Amino acid sequence: MGKLIIQDKAVVVPGETLAEGMDYLPGAGTYRLGDKILAEKLGLINIDGRALKLIPLSGRYAPKRNDVIICKVIDVTFGGWRFETNSAYSAMLSVKDATSDYIARGADLTSYFDIGDYVVAKITNVTSQKLVDLTTKGVGLKRLRGGRMIKVNSQKVPRIIGKQGSMVTMIKKATNCNIVVGQNGLIWLSGEPKDEVTAVSAIRMIEANSHIKGLTDKIKDYLGFTGEVGEPEHKEYEHKENEHKEYGHKEYESSQNDDNN
Amino acid sequence: MADDLKSHLISSFEKNVRFDNRGLLDFRNVVIEYSVSKNAEGSARVKVGDTEVVVGVKLMIDKPFPDTPDEGVIMVNTEFLPMANPDFESGPPGIEAIEQARVVDRGIRESKMIDLKKLCIKKGEKVWIVSIDVCTLNDDGNLLDASALGAMAALKSARFPEYENDEINYKTHTAAKLPMKKQPVAVTVYKIGKHFFVDPSKEEEQNIDARLTITTTEDNTICALQKGGDCPLTLDDITKMLDIATKISKELRSKL
Repeated sequence: MGKLIIQDKAVVVPGETLAEGMDYLPGAGTYRLGDKILAEKLGLINIDGRALKLIPLSGRYAPKRNDVIICKVIDVTFGGWRFETNSAYSAMLSVKDATSDYIARGADLTSYFDIGDYVVAKITNVTSQKLVDLTTKGVGLKRLRGGRMIKVNSQKVPRIIGKQGSMVTMIKKATNCNIVVGQNGLIWLSGEPKDEVTAVSAIRMIEANSHIKGLTDKIKDYLGFTGEVGEPEHKEYEHKENEHKEYGHKEYESSQNDDNN
Repeated sequence: MADDLKSHLISSFEKNVRFDNRGLLDFRNVVIEYSVSKNAEGSARVKVGDTEVVVGVKLMIDKPFPDTPDEGVIMVNTEFLPMANPDFESGPPGIEAIEQARVVDRGIRESKMIDLKKLCIKKGEKVWIVSIDVCTLNDDGNLLDASALGAMAALKSARFPEYENDEINYKTHTAAKLPMKKQPVAVTVYKIGKHFFVDPSKEEEQNIDARLTITTTEDNTICALQKGGDCPLTLDDITKMLDIATKISKELRSKL
């Protein structure tokens, strides 16, 4: 008979025994050794039926399929672009996944993305050798123009986005900033200078207090926001498996019009 | 994107707002800790926001230079360690590190803050050598001002080791301090577009047009200047930068 050693929501360290016996299943961030399940990282345990999942408290971003990330062009090759992804691995975007335009052989690819440009892209595949493939075909996937970039702990990104995108939508509404949150911990903002500062400090506050309950209300007070929280302003949200990872795309479209160039 | 960030910075500066909500002429919080190293004769750790440097002062005895037989020697060495910034590479100091070492050195040397004649033990044979080493621990912009401030603090905390019968005993330190007369402080004024500001963050530092490092002593005497960046400065620019630097240097000196 299997035995659970730790409690739900417990903080565990790498190598700590979580359960014994075959009745429990190792989920993300855990592994099986013999008949025991051990923790792979430092984090919180989430018991989901028979599966044990570990939510890491810290650590670098690990590329995952279907994540929307913000990345930076580091190389332009013959067949595409190489990106820096704020993780241990760089990513490739091939010309055929970049645009549906016709691009002649040997054309100048820098007119699409040049070195140093920031691009919102979606991960289409991660191989076992950690080769990451990207696409920029899709709603809201594009090159970012103007604005500024901040880095946050990628493990806190789900909190910054909030359920159904509630948190980030609230910050956007309260500060009138365009914000794009990448799963890899890069956040792009564009707005009035004072508003940007408010938005950044709100994001930093979420990052520092991500474990607190009722954080949305705290941030709401901080921003002095009076509107309704939790209702995204538009319904065309793209739904993904994980409800925390929501991406609105109206912002991407509107931000296309306020180029600083 | 690099140009995008620069124009975004300028539009923000136009409204007198910096990315971290400081005013254009506000320094980040400066923290100075004295005597952080036991083995150095003098040392200091300086934090300016997240930028952090440790400076050590070592005192040695050696032959003086033949052209100044009755004067001690000052040496400044800076290293940009890879742990401070992923862009720094290990190996011999690069051009930026050498520039920084020379700016720190020039401020100390040209202000004549140390009475070099008093460092002479026997003319033409034995003088004290003051070796100042700057280690960068974290680079979040403005390493220059932090290093110069750190060098000043380390020199202030330095004590001579025991010296008897031609031998230095580094284990025991005497109460004797370095013969110091002045307190030069370096302030670098940066320019982006038509805006002047001090104490840049990393992203501001990467987008500057020009910078001018101005080292002044207590009586507002300018003892060293160093210009950097790609754009030229007009006479009017320099006057404005000098005004800013003399004002800021007073704030910094009060923290020493």
